[in-house]
Amino acid sequence: MFALTINGTAMQVDVPADMPVLWLLRDVLQMTGTKFGCGIAQCGACTVHLDGRPVRSCVLPVSSVGDRAITTIEAIAEQPTGRKVQAAWLDLEVIQCGYCQSGQIMATVALLNDNPHPTDEDINAALAGNICRCGTYVRIREAIKRASAGGA
Amino acid sequence: MMTVSERNAVVFPPAPTTRFTRRGLFSWTTGAALCVALQLPLASRAIAQGQPVPASAFIKIERSGAITFVIPQVEMGQGIYTALAMVLAEELDADWSRVQIEHAPPNAALYGNPLLGEQITGGSSSVRAFFVPLRQAGALVRISLIEAAARQLKVSPAMLRTESSEVIHDASGRRIAYGDLISLVAAPSVEAAPPLKSPKDFRIIGKPLKRLDTPDKTNGAAKYGIDALPPGVKFATLALTPVLGGKVVRVDDRNAVALPGVRQVVVLEDVVAVVGDHMWAAKRGLEALNIEWDDGPNGGVSSALIWDKLRAASHRDGAVARDDGDAARALSDGDVLTREFEMPFLAHACMEPLNCTLDVRQDGTDVWVGTQIIGRARDIVAKVTALPVERVRIHQHLIGGGFGRRLDVDMIGTAARIARQVDGPVKIVWSREEDIRNDYYRPAYHDILSAKVADKRLVAWKHKVSGAAITARFAPGWFKDGLDSDGIDGAKDVAYEVPNVRVEFVREEPPAVMTGWWRGVGPNNNVFAIESFIDEVAHSVAVDPIEFRIAHLGKTPRLRAVLELVREKSDWSAPLPDDCGRGVAAQTAFGSFIATVVECAVNDFGEIALRRVTSCVDAGIVINPDTVIAQLQGGLIYGLTAGLYGEITLENGRVHQSNFNNYRILRINEVPRIDVHLIPSADPPGGIGETGTTASIAALRNAIYDASGVALHRMPVDRSLLAKGARS
Repeated sequence: MFALTINGTAMQVDVPADMPVLWLLRDVLQMTGTKFGCGIAQCGACTVHLDGRPVRSCVLPVSSVGDRAITTIEAIAEQPTGRKVQAAWLDLEVIQCGYCQSGQIMATVALLNDNPHPTDEDINAALAGNICRCGTYVRIREAIKRASAGGA
Repeated sequence: MMTVSERNAVVFPPAPTTRFTRRGLFSWTTGAALCVALQLPLASRAIAQGQPVPASAFIKIERSGAITFVIPQVEMGQGIYTALAMVLAEELDADWSRVQIEHAPPNAALYGNPLLGEQITGGSSSVRAFFVPLRQAGALVRISLIEAAARQLKVSPAMLRTESSEVIHDASGRRIAYGDLISLVAAPSVEAAPPLKSPKDFRIIGKPLKRLDTPDKTNGAAKYGIDALPPGVKFATLALTPVLGGKVVRVDDRNAVALPGVRQVVVLEDVVAVVGDHMWAAKRGLEALNIEWDDGPNGGVSSALIWDKLRAASHRDGAVARDDGDAARALSDGDVLTREFEMPFLAHACMEPLNCTLDVRQDGTDVWVGTQIIGRARDIVAKVTALPVERVRIHQHLIGGGFGRRLDVDMIGTAARIARQVDGPVKIVWSREEDIRNDYYRPAYHDILSAKVADKRLVAWKHKVSGAAITARFAPGWFKDGLDSDGIDGAKDVAYEVPNVRVEFVREEPPAVMTGWWRGVGPNNNVFAIESFIDEVAHSVAVDPIEFRIAHLGKTPRLRAVLELVREKSDWSAPLPDDCGRGVAAQTAFGSFIATVVECAVNDFGEIALRRVTSCVDAGIVINPDTVIAQLQGGLIYGLTAGLYGEITLENGRVHQSNFNNYRILRINEVPRIDVHLIPSADPPGGIGETGTTASIAALRNAIYDASGVALHRMPVDRSLLAKGARS
């Protein structure tokens, strides 16, 4: 049994200690907004926040979470930065197939919470771990700047 | 009915002409609660055969005013749900804010793609195929609503107009909402082809409206096939034979079944799957199996062998696709330039790994999946489960990247074979490694081109394409007399004017791999080969590459216009640092006219940095310009990824690549500024989803030549040839 806090809700989960948080979310808790892309922390589709820091949930064992709070895409609109990022994503119509975008948005919210006015280099460093096969990168960059300016 | 006359616009033989009939259009149901469905069958097959038309086809108007459009083409990021809804809403004069959409079920008679003859989302054909039929559908319903209102108001229909889901009588100021008319509607007085709006009257088409599918993609609510969770579902993952044609010899599952959460091990001829309470149990279970495989006949196949076979085949005479003048004679003497080009096998690497969820029961099967070819999805499940097709229900989902991979149904068949061994619903998810290693790869191609130039003009041209013929497997009717209609697409109809032209195709199927549709399909290879070659020809006679192209496009003014625009927008003639270069590529693929300039730097180690991409596009009438720009931006990146990194290789029958660490995808830090310019046009719409991908590879290759002086002849880029010391 592990005691976790996910999107503000405290819960006990009875799963194997080595189970990555990704599968806990998707298959046990049926929260499918967090996506499986590669399983080896190469694509970022599974990005969630641990105490606000972006992590790849496909390689994060449940047993290593401890008392850190997990936040997923389903609750990102509860944060002002989350709402700002979602709005910028829609204003600039960033999204195509959308499968990677939960991860892109989670990575962006973490970036902007940490660094409200990122440079291009900051954006590269924070988002280079998130692959988009549709190639929405040009608009992701614009949308990050839009969300960042909106918070000025 | 729409006829597509543009060069290159029809990849495949079109289906028989479709038309509406009043009977088919208006055999609706009435009085059912709040909803009356107006039925708009697209294809006439069911009607012609006198069959009753099933409930609602394309347009449902409710008393509340809500309007639902049933969209025949599947959404995989290209924005088709929004684009086709815009087309319907335009002629219907619907209130766009009340529009919602549904996926169409499998029903080729109603929803078949008129250009491809089957329910297919592919070939950049959706808007081209449905632009006119869906406008007719919207227009007929609008007329019937006006006529109903005219009876109600006791005025002539000519006194009425429509706007935003209302019929308006300006003389009296009276307005009736569409929802209030649905029980009064009768067949319209117009027989078949209703008058359509002039493009100057468009209120919706041509506007950058917000997409209908994207809000749910910002909050985790959007459901892809992989997100299906029917009650009681179990989870499975699988290992397919590592060598195509191999078989399972034996499986020791003692360690696997002992793991917590592992429920079942399914062993079939060529695949082993583990079923568990969640993906983690299934994955751990699979790793704990000891599987002995028989590699079968392909255990010795390597990339070297495949290329040897393909190169040898390319020396054969091919089937003749085009023979103008006497190219053989013209090329038999004088200065002839000949070059050979090669394109590798490529995986699709959709972000959503292959998956399929099934509930196989004695009385029927439910299938949750996102597919580009829903009829074949249903048919293969029916076949595997030995059920009639009516007992198979496909729950279509959003697709997390298709790119042609989900035009095949092998994964659905494999999943069905596993699921029929499992009691209750089971979701089968491929690991990324299984997804990449069992792809239906873009074929490897070998192209030989020859040209002769006199007075700086092309006088003879020969192009021989050698590779697999996907059509022969996928749709044998599209493979005729040794010619793969896709393999020669973009080669047979080369835009450059040359008096003597010969185009040939040599079919050579590779062992040990399956080949399939990949974004850009045949034109991808042909645009790369032709646009790389013509650059070399231009340089051989010391003519600017854009100038040389324009000089051979007297009869293709639309391509000339985009070349002229890209010359200006890319600052083609502006000086660049020594290690930088620009390259151009032009194309007519999929009925759109596009010219693209890539600007890059090549450093002393042969590493490439992309600096800027400029693409100028005449795609005819554009439904949603913002979506077209997005498709170009993304498609260009898809092509640049292929040019810079993409290659699938084999050894001992096994695919080397397995995941994003060794099958690289371009990342945000590598992507430059990309400018897309649309030329306004009143021509019929062209295809757009694949065009960026075909555009960028040759432009990249030509930019590398301009930057480094190295003429590359195969993709992906071999950096060892570009390192300073290696340059000749």
